[in-house]
Amino acid sequence: MEPINWHSVFFMLFSLVACGFSLAVVLTSNIVRMAFYLVIALAATSGLFFLAGADFVGAMQIMIYVGGTLVLLIFGVMLTAKGPFINMKTAAGEWILATIVGGSLFVVLLSAATNVPSWQALDERPAEAQVTATRLGMALMGARVDALEEADPVTRRGLSGYLLPFEIVSVHLLVVLIGAAYLARPKKRARGSADSL
Amino acid sequence: MAEFLRNYISPDWLAYAIAAFIQAFLLVNLVAVGALVFIWLERKVSGRIQDRLGPTRVGGKFGWLQTLADGIKLVTKEDLMPAGADGMLFKLAPYVSFCASYAAYLALPLANDWVSARLNVAVFFIIAVLGLEVFGVILAGYASASKWSLFGAMREAAQVVSYEVPLGMCVVVPVLIAGTMDLVTIGQMQSGLFINWFVFHDPFTFITFWVYFTCATASVNRAPFDLAEAESELVAGFHTEYSGLRWSIFFMAEYGSMFAVSGLAAILFFGGWNGPFPITHWLGLADSSNPLAHYVANFLGMVNMMGKCIFGVTFMMWVRWTLPRLRIDQVMTTCLKYCTPIAAVAFLGAVLWTYAFPGGLLIPTNYGPVREGQMLLEPYPPTAYNEAPPSGIAQASTTHERGERGTD
Amino acid sequence: MNIFTEPVGVSHYLVVGAVMFVAGAVCMATKRNALGVLMGIELVLNGANVNFVAFGSQYLRPGANIGLDGQLIALFVIVLAAAEAAVALAITLNFYNNHSTVDVDQADELKG
Repeated sequence: MEPINWHSVFFMLFSLVACGFSLAVVLTSNIVRMAFYLVIALAATSGLFFLAGADFVGAMQIMIYVGGTLVLLIFGVMLTAKGPFINMKTAAGEWILATIVGGSLFVVLLSAATNVPSWQALDERPAEAQVTATRLGMALMGARVDALEEADPVTRRGLSGYLLPFEIVSVHLLVVLIGAAYLARPKKRARGSADSL
Repeated sequence: MAEFLRNYISPDWLAYAIAAFIQAFLLVNLVAVGALVFIWLERKVSGRIQDRLGPTRVGGKFGWLQTLADGIKLVTKEDLMPAGADGMLFKLAPYVSFCASYAAYLALPLANDWVSARLNVAVFFIIAVLGLEVFGVILAGYASASKWSLFGAMREAAQVVSYEVPLGMCVVVPVLIAGTMDLVTIGQMQSGLFINWFVFHDPFTFITFWVYFTCATASVNRAPFDLAEAESELVAGFHTEYSGLRWSIFFMAEYGSMFAVSGLAAILFFGGWNGPFPITHWLGLADSSNPLAHYVANFLGMVNMMGKCIFGVTFMMWVRWTLPRLRIDQVMTTCLKYCTPIAAVAFLGAVLWTYAFPGGLLIPTNYGPVREGQMLLEPYPPTAYNEAPPSGIAQASTTHERGERGTD
Repeated sequence: MNIFTEPVGVSHYLVVGAVMFVAGAVCMATKRNALGVLMGIELVLNGANVNFVAFGSQYLRPGANIGLDGQLIALFVIVLAAAEAAVALAITLNFYNNHSTVDVDQADELKG
């Protein structure tokens, strides 16, 4: 028997969890359970990132996406639910149309993903990836140190630093912070219920 | 360990699975038995601070089996669930909290290279995963279908998420001094005398340690920041409706998180497994090629590390029974008006200090500035006390297990 | 048991990304709750992130990957998705304050 490839085992585990719970998000109608399933799906995606060698992105996914954005979403769910378990059902006709469109999109993506020969699995497994967080940090400061290892001189010239996007995103986050705080400031409500924290 | 088992159990995957299971089991025991010990310790410490004795009957003079008796009592309690509760979420919430708290132990080293998964981004991973505990709390508060639980859960979620900001900034200061987020490397860099510890590196890091401890206490919802479980205000906050074993899992998660943040503080600021004096170095245990001597040196390091963590947890308990509880607006004020600016100023100060005095001010540090020609992507070169850390995420091994390492 | 012995390639990751993307798109299209639509947006962005990280992975494609660019793009996508979720939630809360519901079918004041 061939030796078992643990990377593939964990990949199957994480991908089944991620895909399964993403489908559960679509299929359930209870908004709180949707949020919970989304949390599990995104945490499993973070596991997929770790398996692909992107440690920093995986940790960032957990911290920002799961630990920040989804907490925000759950707060929104709690604040806007009138009854404890509110359900808004979609009509059956819309479901059929959505399934047709979604299904055809999925078929197109699936055929594109599996038919490109250079994307297929390799036969032997190389040594573990060596990307450390230092390279990411240096790239964010504008110095692409991984260009030192790039053999092709054409590719080496094309690797640019990410300092400008970093600064833009920082200012962007500041703008979003101020804007969201302003938009969500307490105002008089039309027919308010006594919701308060 | 996996290779050792492979010789005895014929299907290969079963050997690896058993080895992984044993390591996970040991870590779970660390959390669970630790919680047992800490609950007893809390009752003793609180008793002494309040001028009484605490438990003294069960298990002899000091009552150290009291928590076990309590655990047996909790297991035999009736498993209640409120009528309007969302069943699945109600049952799942304690386990979400516990898993988040337990996952932090995956990247926390207990001795030199004794770590479950040696991550290059270990510090970031631990901070990220500890922030997931809030989900268990929110789910518990929501699924209990009770106003008090929901209020407690919302306040706790707001508190934990707000305190992640100064916590992250405080954690960045030792990372910038070390130049790496790998906890094993950070611990190795603080080897030698206790003056090598990062907390004594510059006054800004010293300040950062205290801000870190405040933010960590708020992050695990310990008093004086424990209004989520405020017994005098909200019945019991988000775990009002939980009884028996489900409640005890919440508390295992809480004590597990306390131990994890103490462990992080110990490694980042207090040298981790390095004692105040490098005794194992003087005895020649660490340098020898004898694996048994190496094991003994690491074991002493683990004892050091556990001692520092237990001291951190005891310090949190001490603060709990000394200071009164803060209101939610005071909690938010502390975070936004005090902790965050102080952390930011300390960060700036530490950057300027490292720039101005790269070799250390009074005592030369054994981790210096970047030397001429040194490759920036390698960790610092090994000193006599430690081994050369690998330059990648994991060493080339015969298995394909990602990050799974044995202790031999 | 073949999948457990063969290594996975980029195409496997792309399939996972496709499933998440389609699930998110269907979620955006069918949910009546505004927060459900937001969750669909998060799923779509995550599916795209999985693709980026797979292409940038040195482990899956040792010679022909896009290297750090994949991880950095995924990083920026995560940050921008968080920002966008914050603003969308603020808008939703405003809508809730004005109409006392988050049903998107009721948001038809500008209709025809």
